[in-house]
Amino acid sequence: MKAAPFEYIRAASVAEACELLRRHGDGAKLLAGGQSLVPMMAMRLVRPAWLIDINEIAALKLVSVEKDAVRTGACTRQCLVERDDALAAKVPLLAQALSWVGHVQTRNRGTIGGSLAHADPCAELPLVAQVLGARMLLRSGSGTRTLEAEKFFSGPMATSARPDECLEEIHWPAWSWRRTGSAFTEISVRHGDFAMVAAAAQVAIDGAGRCVRAAFGLGGAGGTPLAFPKIAARLVGTRLDDAAVKDAAHAAATETEPGSDLHASAEYRRHLAGVLAARALREARERARTR
Amino acid sequence: MSETLHAVSVEVNGKPRSAQVPARLSLVDWLREDLFLTGTHIGCEHGICGACSVMLDGEPVRACLMYAVQAHGHRVTTVEGLAKPDGSMSVLQDSFCETHGLQCGYCTPGMLIASQGLLNSNPNPTEAQIRDAIGGNLCRCTGYQQIVEAVQLAAEKLKK
Amino acid sequence: MTGPFRYIGAKRRAKEHPRFVSGRGRFVADIALPGMKHVALVASPHAAARIVSIDTKAALAAPGVLHVLTGEEFCANTDSLAIGVDAPAVTRFALANGVVRYAGEWVAAVVADSRALAEDAAERVEVEYQPLPHVIDPEKALAPGAPLVHPAHGTNLLYHRKFVWGPVEEAFANAEHRIAFRAAWGRSATVPIETFGVAAQWDAGTGILDIWASIQMPKFPDQAARALRLPGNAVRVHHDVDVGGSYGVKRGIKHTVLVGYLAKKLGVAVRLIEDRLENLRGGDMQGPDRFFDMQLAFEGDGTIRAMKIRAVDDVGAYAGRSPFQLGKPVTAICGPYAIDAIEYEPTSVMTNKTPQEAVRGFGQSPTNFAIERAIDRVARHLGMDRIELRKRNFIRKDQFPYTIASGSTYDSGDYHAVLDKTLAAIDYASLVAARDEARSSGRLAGIGISSCLEPSGGNSAFEVLMNPKNENTTWMDSCLVRIDLSGSITGVINNSSAGQGHESLVSTVLGEILERDPETIRVVRADSLTALPSNSPVGSRMAIMLGGAAAGAAKTIKETLVAIAAHNFECPPGDLEYRDGSVSLKGAPEKRLDWDQLVEIAHRKFHQLPAGLEPGLQAKFVWEVPTGGALPTPEGRIQIYPCYAFEAHIVLVEIDPDTGKPAIRKYICGHDCGVMINPDIVHGMTYGGIAHGIGAALYEKFAYTEDGQLASGTFMDYLIPSAMEVPALAIVDHCTPSPLTTFGQKGSGEAGYLGAPAAIANAINDALDPLGASIDTLPISHLAIWKAIGPRKAAE
Repeated sequence: MKAAPFEYIRAASVAEACELLRRHGDGAKLLAGGQSLVPMMAMRLVRPAWLIDINEIAALKLVSVEKDAVRTGACTRQCLVERDDALAAKVPLLAQALSWVGHVQTRNRGTIGGSLAHADPCAELPLVAQVLGARMLLRSGSGTRTLEAEKFFSGPMATSARPDECLEEIHWPAWSWRRTGSAFTEISVRHGDFAMVAAAAQVAIDGAGRCVRAAFGLGGAGGTPLAFPKIAARLVGTRLDDAAVKDAAHAAATETEPGSDLHASAEYRRHLAGVLAARALREARERARTR
Repeated sequence: MSETLHAVSVEVNGKPRSAQVPARLSLVDWLREDLFLTGTHIGCEHGICGACSVMLDGEPVRACLMYAVQAHGHRVTTVEGLAKPDGSMSVLQDSFCETHGLQCGYCTPGMLIASQGLLNSNPNPTEAQIRDAIGGNLCRCTGYQQIVEAVQLAAEKLKK
Repeated sequence: MTGPFRYIGAKRRAKEHPRFVSGRGRFVADIALPGMKHVALVASPHAAARIVSIDTKAALAAPGVLHVLTGEEFCANTDSLAIGVDAPAVTRFALANGVVRYAGEWVAAVVADSRALAEDAAERVEVEYQPLPHVIDPEKALAPGAPLVHPAHGTNLLYHRKFVWGPVEEAFANAEHRIAFRAAWGRSATVPIETFGVAAQWDAGTGILDIWASIQMPKFPDQAARALRLPGNAVRVHHDVDVGGSYGVKRGIKHTVLVGYLAKKLGVAVRLIEDRLENLRGGDMQGPDRFFDMQLAFEGDGTIRAMKIRAVDDVGAYAGRSPFQLGKPVTAICGPYAIDAIEYEPTSVMTNKTPQEAVRGFGQSPTNFAIERAIDRVARHLGMDRIELRKRNFIRKDQFPYTIASGSTYDSGDYHAVLDKTLAAIDYASLVAARDEARSSGRLAGIGISSCLEPSGGNSAFEVLMNPKNENTTWMDSCLVRIDLSGSITGVINNSSAGQGHESLVSTVLGEILERDPETIRVVRADSLTALPSNSPVGSRMAIMLGGAAAGAAKTIKETLVAIAAHNFECPPGDLEYRDGSVSLKGAPEKRLDWDQLVEIAHRKFHQLPAGLEPGLQAKFVWEVPTGGALPTPEGRIQIYPCYAFEAHIVLVEIDPDTGKPAIRKYICGHDCGVMINPDIVHGMTYGGIAHGIGAALYEKFAYTEDGQLASGTFMDYLIPSAMEVPALAIVDHCTPSPLTTFGQKGSGEAGYLGAPAAIANAINDALDPLGASIDTLPISHLAIWKAIGPRKAAE
């Protein structure tokens, strides 16, 4: 399983990467962690004429913990984000999701941006981005633009990034309420496998235990990671009691149109969606209650 | 019609190595075929089995998912580089021998890299942490039991 | 020879370890020959098709390409690979011969300067196919009008026979109760982490073809030579290649004939290392794919009178020894139970799937699974405790040696003791409490028990049983021991090893007999031109056969040393005492010849050698498997394997009722393989076997689509359990020595695998039992569990 031949260049800056993308168009692909791209190249499912290596661009590796958000460079290694305590305190859902991503070795090399750009609908980081409403900063030769997650993920393994754009940075919003709790859960056949279904949830409660904000979503249940803001909005004002949570989860699952494959049927996925969404919400609630 | 060659300089097991490599030559193929460091093995070439694990700048990674050219300017440690400076087995390697943590030896280099990586950052791992650290390294001989015991033994010995 | 032993049974580090932990193993992919070229394959995308044309022009013009070989030339210049059953029209070559019979079958081989360049060129080979009708389901393949995989054979049926041993119909007529059900074993295999690889080099100067391969296969040099139309002494297989795991499957005879042919034709060294895609889809190393229609007749008190087993196995599009995997279980067809009336109807059928190869246990594990599911179902039917039922039907300790209905005699055992020991070790009462506690918290939980035999010793008499034209009754092994001029001991063995620790085995045995430190004993491997007869490490035979051969050779050496001393002391050998390599006069220890002195005489002082003794100090020992050498009776009764190890598995499983996800919470295996020569090695293989069993029970399947495509053709879909899926495993040992072997050892390479799938399936079923659901098909996926739970849960 040796890749088909390709030309290779190590970009020294984002600007250079964008220029190369512009020049080579569809024939070029960006190489970040390689944990998803390189196997596909080994199987010759993907055969770019040009591979633009962005691993050595320092500017893409930033981690910045700010007042209302965390910013991560697109090439920040997953393992660094996983181990960053300050980041985990600000946006706990990221670290929680990362423990489900592949294995130690794949997280040592895989990047935050790489997973997002790969846009696997059952992947963990895209789901977190969708649920939190993360914003992607895309750079091209003609400047930058920001896309909300909702607009960024366009379909299975597809994003709205143009061929000449390089994902540069991701902005992960943090919630201001002290009593915020989040949770991530998924079911895969083996530990570290692609999720059959994944669920992420974040809730904030007031001093009296009433929900003031909620967000949750599902991975593996559609062509993109799915968030359910309208259903989540109905949880505001409740105590996030089990019945309310169950209703919300069930409502979300009912909306999904998951696919079927060797390991899970659509029907099974839809069932798992309801179960996992409820679990994530309950776990998030419990964490919020301890704050 | 021949492939472009790229200059790479990599520190491999403490020694500087330079080469001209085609872009598509994987790191594991370069180590094995060009540097004759055949201790690192290939099991799947799609990043699942972990037989190809090496340390990149001190952290375990899958060498089948990197191209050699990407290792330029970095440090790579293979199983051949795990021995003590005097050439004798590391405590971990010795522990694998003591607990019978290997049979055919094919996954062993990857297991050693993964578990050495764990011990480097967590000298006191629980069984669950050990299993998680080697969770990306498949073995068909041992059932993992004696490998876990080897890492536990090594951790104990290293404490002294 | 009985204990106490000095080295046998003691904890000892394996000799093989140091080179592997330092990365100095020598696997076939590590062998670089000067000027070596590399092979990549072109594979059929169709499950069945006629090859209309193959255009190799573009491929030949690709950079670095030396040659492109197609079936037209290859099949005309080599012979078809051997098939075990009587089906001469079912021919098989490494490259398709005008017709492809499974998706993934190799159609052309490209030889180039590197694997990458060979793959580039392989993409340029243009093959025109005319798809043909195909059949994937074995029952459909047996139905009239099914597309024929090998039209020249006239049917997809490769083998069928109905054996009736004992008064089966009478038992069914008279017994109080009967059950019938189907158990199905999914197509999985052992899938070693190292794929198959082979390198070959033809020396035109000597006329020898050298072969290095990742091989575990009886008669490999012979079959390679025959297919290449070379005399046996023109092929030299090097056994000193480390094999990265096999557990049965590494029978790459087709790869070898292909590479051997290319090496000879092209005059360069050639190497093929399967990539994982080739391995899973085209390497012909899939495993048993079998359903069992089981019927049992039993009394109200649990006594099982008779069993009917109809086993239908899908070997895929071609067959070598694979159909024999229906024959080996005859050796333990009633399991550990005294069921003396058995009807066994094995059926081997071909479909358009990747062929099956020998898998650990050679069909015993699927059979044990079916039998153990049956036992649990009998218990359920009667409302009887599953342990009680087993004990009631176990062959008793005082009944050994016990001849079963199909003609094999079990050598020794104490099944009750092992089961009791295992129950005690896991504290069965608290296990039950844990299960019940989980259940009362709303989880599904179950305990699974299996009690199974591991036949060992490798008397492959099932070959003759299933093919009367085959009168092969020789199942042998050998060892040569040399003491050199410096007094160092070297054992020479005649096979390659895949992690079983044969060097450790032989050095321990030699050390035991010769009373010399095994650390000083070297074990090397002969190549096929210098080797003594061996039938390879298969059928859990090497502890018995190689251990016995090493012991035999060592005993001869010891006798020689005593004879030399007797001659020099002018006394009868009986007056002498051998200790730690020295020989002295009993009662007068100062009258002694030390090891070095004896070696000196043997090698250099012919004048001091007794008459008739050859110079030097070496001995070979070649022997036939104990109880072997017979042909079957007309009813198909025959002694197959000589020795019978036993395993009792107890496992606690929990199932998340909302998701169907299973988790193994506790696992213990009680194991009796007689005397263990190296306990760590035996335990290691048992742990590994259990992990294999977990894979077969819950995760692994070569799944095929309706159009004959392998849906699980990468490690993303063929799921091998990791250290996160395999729990902590416990083993408790018991020893009923075999009366047939040198030290009382029984074989144990297949341990764990033979009983684990049965135990896990039984645990899952115990967990589902309160819901009135059951699953008798492996692997038991999350989806299957959820489906079994689903409707009932919804009803709550």
